[in-house]
Amino acid sequence: MTPELRALLTSERPPDPDAVERYVSERGSPVVDGTSVTFLHRGEADAVYLQHFIYGLPTAQPLHHVPGTDVWWIEIELPRASRIEYKFVVERGRRKRLIRDRLNQNLAFDPFGANSVCHGDGYVTPHWTLPDPEARPGTIETHEIASEAYGGTRSVRVYLPARMRPTRRYALLVVLDGDDYMTYARLQTVLDNLLHQNEVTQLVVACTQSPDRMREYAANEATARFLADELVPYLESVYPLRRTAASRGLLGASLGAVTALHAAWRRPGTFGRLLLQSGSFAFTDIGREVRSPVLEPVVDFVNPFRENPGKPSERVFVSCGVYERLIYENRSLVPLLQRTGMDVRFVESRDGHNWENWRDRLREGLAWLFPGPLGLVYE
Amino acid sequence: MSPPVVLLGPQRLRPTLVEAVEELGIAGGIAAITAGWEEREDEIDELRAHLGRRVVNLQLHRRTEQIFVRDREFFVAYRERRVRLRELQDVYRRRLASTLDAAIDVLRREGDPEVLDPEREDALEAVRRLDARHLVRTAEIAAEFEAEWRPGEREEIARHRAEVRALVADCEALAIAGGNVAVLVNRLRLHGIDALVRTTPVLAWSAGAMAMTATIVTYHDNPPQGPGYPEVFGAGLARVAGVLALPHAHRRLRLEDRFRVSLFARRFAPLDPLAFDDGAHLHCTGPRCSRVEAVRRLTPEGDVLEEAA
Repeated sequence: MTPELRALLTSERPPDPDAVERYVSERGSPVVDGTSVTFLHRGEADAVYLQHFIYGLPTAQPLHHVPGTDVWWIEIELPRASRIEYKFVVERGRRKRLIRDRLNQNLAFDPFGANSVCHGDGYVTPHWTLPDPEARPGTIETHEIASEAYGGTRSVRVYLPARMRPTRRYALLVVLDGDDYMTYARLQTVLDNLLHQNEVTQLVVACTQSPDRMREYAANEATARFLADELVPYLESVYPLRRTAASRGLLGASLGAVTALHAAWRRPGTFGRLLLQSGSFAFTDIGREVRSPVLEPVVDFVNPFRENPGKPSERVFVSCGVYERLIYENRSLVPLLQRTGMDVRFVESRDGHNWENWRDRLREGLAWLFPGPLGLVYE
Repeated sequence: MSPPVVLLGPQRLRPTLVEAVEELGIAGGIAAITAGWEEREDEIDELRAHLGRRVVNLQLHRRTEQIFVRDREFFVAYRERRVRLRELQDVYRRRLASTLDAAIDVLRREGDPEVLDPEREDALEAVRRLDARHLVRTAEIAAEFEAEWRPGEREEIARHRAEVRALVADCEALAIAGGNVAVLVNRLRLHGIDALVRTTPVLAWSAGAMAMTATIVTYHDNPPQGPGYPEVFGAGLARVAGVLALPHAHRRLRLEDRFRVSLFARRFAPLDPLAFDDGAHLHCTGPRCSRVEAVRRLTPEGDVLEEAA
């Protein structure tokens, strides 16, 4: 903690909450000083807790109260380049509220709302996730695709690179939770930038979204069938796509990563590129006990997969945050994937199970799976 | 006296081509080469609008595709040559990584200058030797191919070359755009442009500017993975001597990193590494460059200095 902040919070002098707020307005909150991070809250309460979603630390850590004030604080150690999402639990009487940090305007959104974000020392939002005025934007087309696998039709949004030409052949990336990737991981901006910078080869990107992902993304046979037998042929009939496994990829996070690996396993030779982010690769070494009933079908897939993985793809990029509970499953999966003879790359980040973590790994993953003519193009 | 060559910065956001054309006193048509844009080479509406005069698209990319379709034997040989060059580039890249890593280690090492300075210079010389060898090897493969296949004497290629020569003869200058520098240089050579650039005024930008120099170095200091070491790609058309053209340098090179800038400049000495960003303009006639604007030179000291005429 900075000496100035320590003096404000712990000195013997009469406390001055406004001075704390002034300090925060100048420095930003949480106050990051090397690996020390001080979270601050102002408000009447009986108790305040930091809820930070870091696996390995107590989920809710109590803040200290500065006597005679409405100021609360807690200092934690946060390794360099960390990025964490958090909220405060504020208890007053019998009421307990989960709120965002009102002293911190940095938010990350997900389908459930938004969390406050703390950037540890050394973390920088990647430049390629921000709109680049020089990058030509791609376009989005929406298709309603009839599906026997699901019964009914599915809406798929397809990203087409800027200046797409029918005379050229394109690689295909199918994204599970694709709309969420677009909304919460800035996928379109990322694609515009990576294509503009020639870091990624020219790609058509199909964004699928499930109305019931807890079922359809839990190693679901119908989903594998839809992706490999219905979606890919449909897209190949509509767009000039290269029809090789090496030019087809799947991207998914959490259960979406399970879906990607499962579909590739069920249809070997179809998807030669997999980008698996924070996959919920639940398995058991003995017995059937799993964390959640939702994961039971996943275990039913991952256990036999671990026994007999075959070679479902050619090149696999796996990423996971070290503050995620799933780091164990992902770390244990990687050597198994490597033994299959597939080309595997594994990247860990000091982040949690969230969309901005997945966003931040897209460049490395996509550029490795679908490398563009980076060094050769100067327009 | 050889006709002038003007090397410009990227044209997309800050086009300066028309000013350069007017400065050369060119009133007639311009022969445009946009083969570096590959399939998009016909998209020259913006270029036409900017120049506001007759622009003849030489369509070297399309012509090449036609040659490949009609002369399959040549196409197969050309593809094999490309495979050989790629393999050579891959081997060079691997050797470069270790040689340059070692050089960087020695250059950064602290200690007695009397002991270290000669070692530093020798470590850098090892990188230069590797670069030079790669340049020679790529040239050898190209020369072997030329000698064996004599592209200019093949019917389909000769026909296209004659058409291109006639089109250029009807224009007052060549405008060579950027894009994929490998595609561009290969198309320029295949269509005999290396001879035409010696008899026609040339305005070139981005990859086009690189193609006009003797040595082409590709670079990106911040790739998604890997150390991002600049690589010798091969020989250019050598229309401008002594210059290493670096388009988009502000975006692709860490110009604020004095160590990297210094290493770049020392590694490629005696060539002058010149950054061509938006607005850059270098006018050369023969060995002399008479007008320089917004061109910055990377120095052995690690500075990036505005170049003076």
